[in-house]
Amino acid sequence: MNSRTKILEAVARHRPPPRPHPGLPSFPAPGNDLAARFREAAAGVNATCLTGSLDTLGDVVRARYPGARVIAALEPDLLPGTQVIDATTAPAELATIDLLVCRGTLGVAESGAVWVRAAPAGHRAALFLAEHLLLLLPADRLVWNLHQAYDRLDVAAEDFGVFVAGPSKTADIAQALVIGAHGPRSVTVYLIPDTKISF
Amino acid sequence: MNRLLHTLPVIDHPAAAARFLHDADRATWHDASLWQVRRKRDRAAAMVEEWEELRALASAIKEHTLSHLDTYLEAFERHATANGIQVHWAADAAEHNRIVLDLLRRHGARRVVKSKSMLTEECGLNPFLEAHGIEVVDTDLGERIVQLANDAPSHIVMPAIHYRQEEIGALFHAKMGTEAGADEPAYLAAAARRDLRRRFLEADAAITGVNFAVAETGGFVVCTNEGNADLGAHLAPLHIACMGLEKVIPRLDDLGVFLRLLARSATGQPITVYTSHFHRPPPGRALHVVLVDNGRSAQLARPAYRASLKCIRCGACMNTCPVYRRSGGHSYGAPVPGPIGSILMPGADPVRYASLPFASTLCGSCSDVCPVQIDIHDQLYAWRQDVTRAGGVSRAKRWFMQMAGWLLAHPRRYRVAGAALRRLLRHLPRRLLYARPNTWGRARELPPVPPQTFRDWYRTHRPAPEHPADMP
Repeated sequence: MNSRTKILEAVARHRPPPRPHPGLPSFPAPGNDLAARFREAAAGVNATCLTGSLDTLGDVVRARYPGARVIAALEPDLLPGTQVIDATTAPAELATIDLLVCRGTLGVAESGAVWVRAAPAGHRAALFLAEHLLLLLPADRLVWNLHQAYDRLDVAAEDFGVFVAGPSKTADIAQALVIGAHGPRSVTVYLIPDTKISF
Repeated sequence: MNRLLHTLPVIDHPAAAARFLHDADRATWHDASLWQVRRKRDRAAAMVEEWEELRALASAIKEHTLSHLDTYLEAFERHATANGIQVHWAADAAEHNRIVLDLLRRHGARRVVKSKSMLTEECGLNPFLEAHGIEVVDTDLGERIVQLANDAPSHIVMPAIHYRQEEIGALFHAKMGTEAGADEPAYLAAAARRDLRRRFLEADAAITGVNFAVAETGGFVVCTNEGNADLGAHLAPLHIACMGLEKVIPRLDDLGVFLRLLARSATGQPITVYTSHFHRPPPGRALHVVLVDNGRSAQLARPAYRASLKCIRCGACMNTCPVYRRSGGHSYGAPVPGPIGSILMPGADPVRYASLPFASTLCGSCSDVCPVQIDIHDQLYAWRQDVTRAGGVSRAKRWFMQMAGWLLAHPRRYRVAGAALRRLLRHLPRRLLYARPNTWGRARELPPVPPQTFRDWYRTHRPAPEHPADMP
């Protein structure tokens, strides 16, 4: 008998009597200013939250990242003049990205997390190798908690997707917080109140 | 039970804890560090109005899952396979290690980057792969520190919690050429970052753990703060994810419940920095999941202990445990230490791990903070009886317990013995009173002898009952 059969038989034999799934209540937002709550939560996870329009995005990037030489986007229409990343981009090249600009699909106000899909033609590793991350998020794409996030998202349709909550970090050395563990050293969420681009 | 295990030494938790406490400064610091994490957890939990409701939901979802575990495992396999993920089944640690080695060989992989997985620790994967010529690099910073020091993790969330920064500075100086004497955490983390990013780019394969596997979609979720699981998985041509059977949950929607609890319970963060959802491999890459039993189905067969399989490995029970904080993770001699380890490990070997259920004050704090409401302290109490029956407790202790049982079962004997003991305690010289057999007195003063027993007090303050024999 192979291990699969052996394991499944043992589990079936030993499992406890059936218990029902409890179902999930909805936990509504405690207030309606989701953007304010999101900004607060983003600060709590060491991210910055800015509000602005797509027209001023170029100025914001120049002002915030004056030293950035390699600016890349996962999708070409986000920020004209940036390097576009696709599945064929060499990883060594991804590791030189100073700033990566990409779309967020949804923001979670309770935790400051943003759902980012792997662009179908993009390279999943870019999100983690870039020095800095700029996530664009339409302001109407905020939900209060993760329950609502999973309601709104079609996670299984994505080959890969990730909630990003701030820059990579560690406290493995003497419990001291260090921002910028192996991945991005900063995350900025750019909230766009009225958006003409489809996300 | 696997007889082979008995070639392994019996874990003596009290002796190992005594060695840890020998360095009083370190023990105090360790205690304080963990208590700080516990307080962060309290603050994070207090911010969620429905915290207790979430715990109850998480517990109920896990209990539902365990009661249909075979169905959910098959559903996960079916959907994962449809997604282009290859699923493997391992009955025990040895088979898990063989499957992983086989996959690595088939892909010609020699350099492996591994993110944190307590399951691979449990299976002893690293030494096994190294013995077969594979280079394994742990990429979680805490695990990397422990690996460079040729040591084992002492905590499941903070593997290097037992190291002080000057020790890590000296270690990195020796192994990575950082400045001698430099020990600022930011400087050391930057050195590790440089070294590990290079290794990520050169790796042939990535091994990760799994926090949640979703039966409904055939995908799985990995949570990290450093991004190391992603850097491994997205850069290497081969990704192997290893998981225990109990990691499966029914639906994507259930993730909301667990993810709101997990990081808050573990470190006090609202969510980990990265919560990565893997559903399909990128074009031209291979993604494998290894499902591991290794004693889990046996634990499922034990009604008193099956709830331990609800564990989501947050580590909250360790951070709050007064014994863990003052004895260090290594004193448990197990991949999963602390209260949860003390109820999981005796299931694997009740003789080898017999001292673990006694490494507790039974204060119940572990059960109070557990995000999935495992009755940890009740199980610790039950395991004490079971490991004793299994012969895992010394003859002296067994004899003493039998004596105590005999004494406590008879009111008259109890009273006579109590009176004798009170007289002895008042008049015996310290040298005799604190002699070797008095293990309790080794680190503590015995309580002062009361001038009057409660029973005497009660008799003088209450009318005598009609049936004196009923008196306690």
